Amino acid sequence: MPKHMTRKATRHVNQNEGLIFEKSSPGKAAWKMPPLDVPDVDTSELLGPLERKHLGNMPEVSEIEIIRHFTRLSTWNYAIDLGMYPLGSCTMKYNPRVNEVVSRLDGLANGHPYQPEKISQGALRIIKTLSDCLLEITGMEAITLQPAAGAHGEFTGLLMVRAYHEAKGSPRKKVLIPDSAHGTNPATAATVGYAIENLKSNSNGMVDIVALAAQMNEDVAALMLTNPNTLGVFEQEIHKIADLLHAKGGLLYMDGANMNALVGKVRPGDFGVDVMHLNLHKTFSTPHGGGGPGSGPVAIKKGLEPFLPKPVPISKPDGTLGFNYDRPQSVGRVRSFYGNFGMFVRALAYILANGPDGLRQTTEDAVLNANYIRKGLEGVYDLPYASASMHEVVFSDKIQAKKNVRTMDIAKRLIDYGFHPYTTAFPLIVPGALMIEPTESESKQELDLFLEAMKSIAAEVEEDAEMVRTAPHSTRVARLDETAAARKPILRWKPES
Amino acid sequence: MLRAIGERSIDDLFAPIPAEYRLDRDLKVPRQMAESEIVDWFRERSRENGDGHATFLGAGAYYHYRPVIIDSLISRGEFLTAYTPYQAEISQGTLQSIFEFQTMICELSGMEVANASMYDGSTATTEAVLMAVRLTGRRSVVVASSVHPEYREVLATYAFHQQMPLTTAPFDETGRLDTKALEEAITSDTACLVIQSPNFFGTIEDVEKVAEIAHRKGAILVVSIAEAVSLGIIEPPRSADIIAMEAQSFGVPLGFGGPYCGVIATREAYVRQMPGRLVGQTTDRSGKRGFVLTLATREQHIRREKATSNICTNQALIALMANIFMTIYGKVGLKELARHNLAKSAYAVQQFGKHAEILFPGAPRFNEFVIQTSEDPYAINSRLLGHKIVGGFPLKKFYPDLGNASLWCCTELTSRTMIDTAVGLIAESERSVKSAKEETAEEVAR
Repeated sequence: MPKHMTRKATRHVNQNEGLIFEKSSPGKAAWKMPPLDVPDVDTSELLGPLERKHLGNMPEVSEIEIIRHFTRLSTWNYAIDLGMYPLGSCTMKYNPRVNEVVSRLDGLANGHPYQPEKISQGALRIIKTLSDCLLEITGMEAITLQPAAGAHGEFTGLLMVRAYHEAKGSPRKKVLIPDSAHGTNPATAATVGYAIENLKSNSNGMVDIVALAAQMNEDVAALMLTNPNTLGVFEQEIHKIADLLHAKGGLLYMDGANMNALVGKVRPGDFGVDVMHLNLHKTFSTPHGGGGPGSGPVAIKKGLEPFLPKPVPISKPDGTLGFNYDRPQSVGRVRSFYGNFGMFVRALAYILANGPDGLRQTTEDAVLNANYIRKGLEGVYDLPYASASMHEVVFSDKIQAKKNVRTMDIAKRLIDYGFHPYTTAFPLIVPGALMIEPTESESKQELDLFLEAMKSIAAEVEEDAEMVRTAPHSTRVARLDETAAARKPILRWKPES
Repeated sequence: MLRAIGERSIDDLFAPIPAEYRLDRDLKVPRQMAESEIVDWFRERSRENGDGHATFLGAGAYYHYRPVIIDSLISRGEFLTAYTPYQAEISQGTLQSIFEFQTMICELSGMEVANASMYDGSTATTEAVLMAVRLTGRRSVVVASSVHPEYREVLATYAFHQQMPLTTAPFDETGRLDTKALEEAITSDTACLVIQSPNFFGTIEDVEKVAEIAHRKGAILVVSIAEAVSLGIIEPPRSADIIAMEAQSFGVPLGFGGPYCGVIATREAYVRQMPGRLVGQTTDRSGKRGFVLTLATREQHIRREKATSNICTNQALIALMANIFMTIYGKVGLKELARHNLAKSAYAVQQFGKHAEILFPGAPRFNEFVIQTSEDPYAINSRLLGHKIVGGFPLKKFYPDLGNASLWCCTELTSRTMIDTAVGLIAESERSVKSAKEETAEEVAR
């Protein structure tokens, strides 16, 4: 048990629960069909040998069992609703509940994607209004909402980059990616058929302008840049970066994962960005839901507009809204229908709830909170880069490593104090990184509890390193054997034979 | 807090941003609204969006009943507001539920492994193809023209940039894949054949026969399933090598096209070439059962440009909806639900067939069918809309050769009254076209 006081969390009983298949028994049911109002059918006559006779080991359980099953499982999760979730680069902010209510309104939740445009004006108005707001926020000139997540947005953005260059004669060969980038950046560039060239960061953790100038040539299609970068540092020489690229006909792609540091304060379109994606599930408060759904709109400058995925939403001469499919230069379609519409509804509700003042204050509070954490932990943890922090701060485990305690150990120990861990071991340019992003949602009280926990863990490292190395000590399961899981994968339940 | 940091004003914190780029005005977005105003604004949009209409539309997005406990459960903050379960010790709820999801998808699809989800059916199908290319080392792809046209468009977008030649295989008069043409289309360079069953016209393919042709030539068979409820009463395509599913029918609202839930299922031997997250069972140091994300060496955060896919965020919460739906209906209910779909569409086929031609006879269907009308289906639909009913999907948008054909879908929520109303209007349409023709004929005779 922790020697140090844990003010945020107390242990309490939670329920054990097996797999749903282990609760199943014949005859239990949680469903009921109404009587058929048409003649019943002879399924074997209609389907012949194609008729399915058995549904294998699908469960048979009652409604209360289902409610308890999933409620019990839910109590084993940490969540934003329980407390601070300081995952760097993930922007785990509060997910407003009004968003959930409006996205379930009948006409929006039950609208069919192929229903006539005449009775789709509400959905189209939402798409149009959100698009307009995002263009104003980013300072860009055209947008598509079709991509389903950030990485999907990167893919779509790079497809447009490729089409743009192709229209000028050659698709070009490679994409420059800083060594501090998210893993999705190189994975995406490969999917679009580009070679990846690594760009080293300078001693301030920023793009090395001299190296960029040396590496930039007519083979480079684009630079994929995260700004603020994954150290939470704003690329101060962004205008030089953009100029260097543009001088050789290259494009500046911005990964918008860290847009929560910029909204209402500065616009990427104004500092030379040509293509960027947003993550509605980060900056615009749509829930992460245990890993998705997200939404990854891509905003672009005018020159790339002909290449937008189709269909493109338009205003028609009679004042109504519709979709235009006649886009000969389009990169094509990247997803069925129009994207994750339900996320558009939530993101727009967030923007409406904030307005211009709220959006600006959100950014200010996010940056203030990150700097408060930085100040509070400076000296306790090693700060590898002294550059000013925006919305997140990156420490390293250099001090604690002397006791053979690593970032993952500290992160796991944080769980015992009632917090979700920060992002560990990323960005790759910081060995043993602790990447902390508090977001604007946290009060000073919650931040102080976090600082207290982090300082307490640092003290524990000195006193009892082994205890920290074997954390967490308060969860239903201890650290799990991941090697065994990967060596002999068990990816599904099977009945005991 | 500023004092603690040692700055004088908030603006000092933004000093790293060059002054010339800093925004010195308000964003031009609507003013801040109160919660009541937000709800009103969206209510208005909901009213403008077909609120209260019944629908005969399917075509890759299906209107099924959603048991109420799905939303009660997914609204729990511990599911709704959790991140990707990388920290297994405090994510066992999400992890175990994904493990159960993977298991049920395997049970229903007849495959050995399933992933935690993909964006939707179209991207799942595309990623299945990319997987087949990696597995076979071949590059060209044959896709049935009866696969959802938008799935084919997405596939074409990805294939184009991977320099993968894409050819289309036609359907015959039964709506099924033309196997003679297929024999010619598949060559020794074909990585995979992609079919959909039930296909875009609602017809169930002869998967065994098609698989035999593909396998004989060393190609992988990818089967896309857009209407998941069909698995309740139709044999799953067990001879497929990869199944790419859209699980929207399992309790996910239509939501004007998304978010939905794609999923890939396949044979155990292919698991290391699978894209997307996978949850596996393991133990902690005291031997207690637990679940973790596993085989991450396939993924972008470890392998970067050598990953099997760039996918990161998936559709976890939507997969949870599907998971709860499958749990509710289970072994018996899913079959009963599918039987209702079958009965409703069989009745509709019989009634529509009295007045209009039913295309693609001779092969079994699930809950969709195609009718050929004399009049433009858009004209018929616009009259039907007066009854607050959305008619079938006019196929000329994707299949101009099919003339006035339209695709109709009946689920358990389609009432007999609705069907009878639509049939009445179609009968009327056919009568008036016929009498107009007779008048013209009389005039010519005179």
